[in-house]
Amino acid sequence: MRNFYEEVQEIKARYPDWRSATLPALRLAQEKHGFLSPNALRECAEALGTTPAFCESVASFYDMFHLRPVGRHLVEVCTNVSCALNGAQQVLEGFERELGVRAGETTEDGEVTLRTIECLGGCGWATIVAIDERYRTHVKPDDVSAIVEELRGGG
Amino acid sequence: MAAEARQIVMAGADERDLTKLAEYEAIGGYQALQKARGMTPAAIIDELNASELRGRGGAFFPTGRKWSFVPKPDQNPNPHYLVVNADESEPGSFKDNEIMARVPHRFIEGCLITAYAVDSKNVFVYIRGEYTGPYEVLVGALEELHGRADLRGEVTIVLHRGAGAYICGEETALLESLEGERGQPRTKPPFPAIAGLYASPTVVNNVETMATVPPIITMGGAEYAKLGVPDSRGTRLVSLSGHIVNGGNYEVENGISMRDLIYGLGGGIPEGRRLKCVIPGGSSTAILRYDEIDVGYDFNSLLRLDTAMGSAGVIVLDERCCMVQLGIRVNEFYEHESCGKCTPCREGTRWMSQILRRLEAGDADQHELDLLLDVCDRINGKCLCPLGETAAIAVASYVAKFREEFQAHIDEDGCPFGDSSPLHGVLAPVAQHTHHPTATVPA
Ligand SMILES: Cc1cc2nc3c(=O)[nH]c(=O)nc-3n(C[C@H](O)[C@H](O)[C@H](O)COP(=O)(O)O)c2cc1C
Ligand code: SF4
Ligand code: FES
Repeated sequence: MRNFYEEVQEIKARYPDWRSATLPALRLAQEKHGFLSPNALRECAEALGTTPAFCESVASFYDMFHLRPVGRHLVEVCTNVSCALNGAQQVLEGFERELGVRAGETTEDGEVTLRTIECLGGCGWATIVAIDERYRTHVKPDDVSAIVEELRGGG
Repeated sequence: MAAEARQIVMAGADERDLTKLAEYEAIGGYQALQKARGMTPAAIIDELNASELRGRGGAFFPTGRKWSFVPKPDQNPNPHYLVVNADESEPGSFKDNEIMARVPHRFIEGCLITAYAVDSKNVFVYIRGEYTGPYEVLVGALEELHGRADLRGEVTIVLHRGAGAYICGEETALLESLEGERGQPRTKPPFPAIAGLYASPTVVNNVETMATVPPIITMGGAEYAKLGVPDSRGTRLVSLSGHIVNGGNYEVENGISMRDLIYGLGGGIPEGRRLKCVIPGGSSTAILRYDEIDVGYDFNSLLRLDTAMGSAGVIVLDERCCMVQLGIRVNEFYEHESCGKCTPCREGTRWMSQILRRLEAGDADQHELDLLLDVCDRINGKCLCPLGETAAIAVASYVAKFREEFQAHIDEDGCPFGDSSPLHGVLAPVAQHTHHPTATVPA
């Protein structure tokens, strides 16, 4: 298996300037470490040839980068207008009940993080819920327990 | 114009699986590219000018003209870049999602024609980070193209994934982000065509714009310009959402009646409810009241009503919706997505949220309604990019068109709708108790 450093070098080669590899490298580091821990940022900086501070300053701008630990699974409920008009808040509350956490929190066992998210670009198929970055469409409050069961059971 | 679909960009996708190269070639795919390569770049730009195509990303700039701004090699020796804006994040818009997922090859063909027309060997597609599905379709399509040097030519296409920031849809913020920085807009000029990616001449175009290029080359610009209405030629993918029976994307000729769009193609409002208002072009646009929808869905017609097609995201709201709640939810989005560079946008959107929340809770005094409009006024025209002012324009339009409802929140010391409005108590990311989800580090 290629190591992280080598993979980042390959990504850098796709661009006229190494800096363009910053976002892809951060994504890769996050996939490897689960979140962008100080270690992950250091590793990223070394591979890119920059400082951890630069990596952190970039990462902190973007919603998909986690500078704190998150659960093994990520449940993101879109609560922007079109989804809200179609019951997104009730879906969110369903997840809060089933998981026993509030939006923005992680279950005690570190398995699932729940959060709200802005428009995911699927408004006509509301409510959109992203489970580990894959969209579920037309999610209704009644669907929530099955989704949670799937996350809990299916590893 | 009657409500009917007219497929140009999505042509063939209902009958065949156009994510497959062979299927796309079976319906004449990549022949526009061959045709284009037999033309001079200047002739292609002429064809685009004749088509009167305007950018589908929201700013409506004539595409042929944009390409013609790219300097000649003797004026600027730097390489040229084509950057495709696939960051689609405008609330209410989901057309680029479907274009990439269902007609990836038409989109790629458009990129290759454009690259040829603007003399670029490098195409970067900046796709929003959350679009895993469309991203994988594009990866598959590019893999199929890998073995086809006859189609690819010397052009490389790099898919670059964003990481969750609406502002990166703004073209200069997108370029910053593509250069590995925080996605904060640059001052213009210089415009990207002169100094864009790595300070080199760069054309930035939307996904739908790209996917419209092959059919224009195939049918000819003049033929394309017969579709639609003056200043809004051709077709447009309209995203319908909200309180609508048949939510989804509909490709229609520009100029179709808004009423037909909603009640014809969209099937009207669920459960026979009455219309309250429509957001016509994504949440950044001013609303239309229920009695303003007998209007053509095109640039000029909407401009006459002080609003815009934007990214063609039509959000329908029924009679139960509270306009103050709508203001809160829409504004919170912009508050969350403000890049923070300009004080009026960063602080103004927070002020707006606070006043709107006080109104909703019944805590606002009479003068705060005017204060709200005053804050909008102080954002308008005082920001580096349009993000801040779109929030102000949108919210100010809710007040202008439903002032009595805002007044009622003051007179009745609270919301007349309460939880009977579907927008009641919706938790927005900006109001989530921590911005970064936290957990204890597993041992
Ligand atoms: C806040 C903001 C967000 C934008 N988001 C997008 C977007 O998601 N997709 C897009 O194509 N254009 C977006 N635009 C417009 C782009 O800046 C740019 O005009 C467009 O990509 C040019 O392509 P076109 O001429 O083909 O439309 C946005 C503009 C602003 C101000
Ligand atoms: S208007 Fe807002 S988003 Fe745009 S540059 Fe200024 S602070 Fe950033
Ligand atoms: S509002 Fe939820 S996907 Fe757009």
